Amino acid sequence: MVNTEVDLCGVTIDNPVIPASGTFGYGYEFAELYDINILGTFSFKGTTKEPRFGNPTPRIAECTAGMINAVGLQNPGVQMVIEEELPRLKKVFHKPVMANVSGFSVGEYAYVSELIGREEQVGWIEVNVSCPNVHGGGMSFGTDSKAAAEVTRAVKKVTDKPVIVKLSPNVTDIAAIAKACEDAGADGISLINTLLGMRIDLKTKKPVIANVMGGFSGPAVFPVALRMVYQTARAVKIPVVGMGGVSSAEDVLEMMAAGAAAVEVGAANLTDPFACKKIVEDLPRAMAKYGIKDLNELKGVR
Amino acid sequence: MNNEILTITENRALTDSVYLMRLAGSRGENRPGQFSEFRLEGLFLRRPISVCDDEGGVLSIIYKTVGRGTEQMKFLKEGDTLDALTCLGNGYDLDAAGESPLLIGGGVGVPPLYMLAKELIKKGKKVSVILGFNTRSEIFFEDEFRALGCSVTVTTADGSYGARGFVTDALPETASYFYACGPKPMLAALCEKASFPGEVSLEERMGCGFGACMGCSIMTKGGAKRVCKDGPVFKKEELIW
Repeated sequence: MVNTEVDLCGVTIDNPVIPASGTFGYGYEFAELYDINILGTFSFKGTTKEPRFGNPTPRIAECTAGMINAVGLQNPGVQMVIEEELPRLKKVFHKPVMANVSGFSVGEYAYVSELIGREEQVGWIEVNVSCPNVHGGGMSFGTDSKAAAEVTRAVKKVTDKPVIVKLSPNVTDIAAIAKACEDAGADGISLINTLLGMRIDLKTKKPVIANVMGGFSGPAVFPVALRMVYQTARAVKIPVVGMGGVSSAEDVLEMMAAGAAAVEVGAANLTDPFACKKIVEDLPRAMAKYGIKDLNELKGVR
Repeated sequence: MNNEILTITENRALTDSVYLMRLAGSRGENRPGQFSEFRLEGLFLRRPISVCDDEGGVLSIIYKTVGRGTEQMKFLKEGDTLDALTCLGNGYDLDAAGESPLLIGGGVGVPPLYMLAKELIKKGKKVSVILGFNTRSEIFFEDEFRALGCSVTVTTADGSYGARGFVTDALPETASYFYACGPKPMLAALCEKASFPGEVSLEERMGCGFGACMGCSIMTKGGAKRVCKDGPVFKKEELIW
């Protein structure tokens, strides 16, 4: 027997596998396919103060070993999430869920976090300061240490739930931004959000994505993500949730060996809806193969 | 949604760029208007293709070679297997048909109407079909629809076969309901011109194909909808063109 339990900001989760925000909706589509209670938890679709339709289509582009998305934070708004999505989720998911929050001003981040943080089902708040697909918000907070720290402080002030700040890889010094968030009171850091990318359709000579640029994710970004998780884990004392191109149990172990306390799985869910189920079920085998009895042995390996 | 491993039993050209593929091992649970997503070697995203038929354990699809995915599909051989997500999307609303429904397809929008016609005829409906193509060499499945017992009109934009013009030029004065699939401009013109109620199947670039990523959302009169999950079929009055 191996131990897959890990601690995430003071909450014990059965395993470190967490579907990433934006790739798992509000859980419901996947609950129709398998019992999602086998997951450590999951991070639900990025939620904003007002309902958002997002960007025009096409929002998706194929890439080598990955994809670009420019959804633009489509969501029904925090009120609807609390009134409809969370009660619906409660019927199929009985563990604390990670609430992913986004905004266009510090006040909006705080507003949404305060409301969503009151919900009993919410175990953590993941503050997305790194969405590359919206103007005047999202990533602009996560590419500046001061702004990221300001959002962190504002959210910490309005909720008792652990606050995990989700960072953008589109920066020169990830460690400095992570440190600024830690100093501002963050309980954890998650990374990486998508890398800013683009494709051009040679038939039309125009960008594939209507919004021109979008977020690049998938297995192709794994080495970049791993490197940034490693750099961040060395720079801060708070837990780091690693993500970016993770698509196997081995990838999960590699992320944890780089210093991640838990691991999010994103794009893999979109090409195989059973990806996270397979990773959870395969994890004990992979651990045994590499002589790992307890995932906590891996944490902090340098 | 099902995840099925299907075995190719047939993969042949119907025209220069349109292919028919039959795959064995289907659970036979697809409804008319639903689609499947196929995983292809070396490509990250699955490729969504509408279901043309699903009977006797054989799933039939018709695809046009337009990019890397479909170019790869045409070289697949009998006996090759494909990992497919099936029974995706809402499908056509068969209860809305009335007694004499009209099915309108343009180009590779024709295939999903085949299974629909078959099911409607089973229900005893009098089915008329308008199939629109650019030119004679692009026509496929005319005989198959006739064999089902449909009344078939073919239009070609250049007049090389059947009635000259677009499908909208061949619209009858009346029908109990219409079902359509085809290029967006055709669907828009159709919804504008048809005096009777109906529904159309839309196409959009998709990420997941099962409602998780919001990659294929459109704005409708009833708010934001996912083409893959809430659609691909939408009622005429829901759509904003």
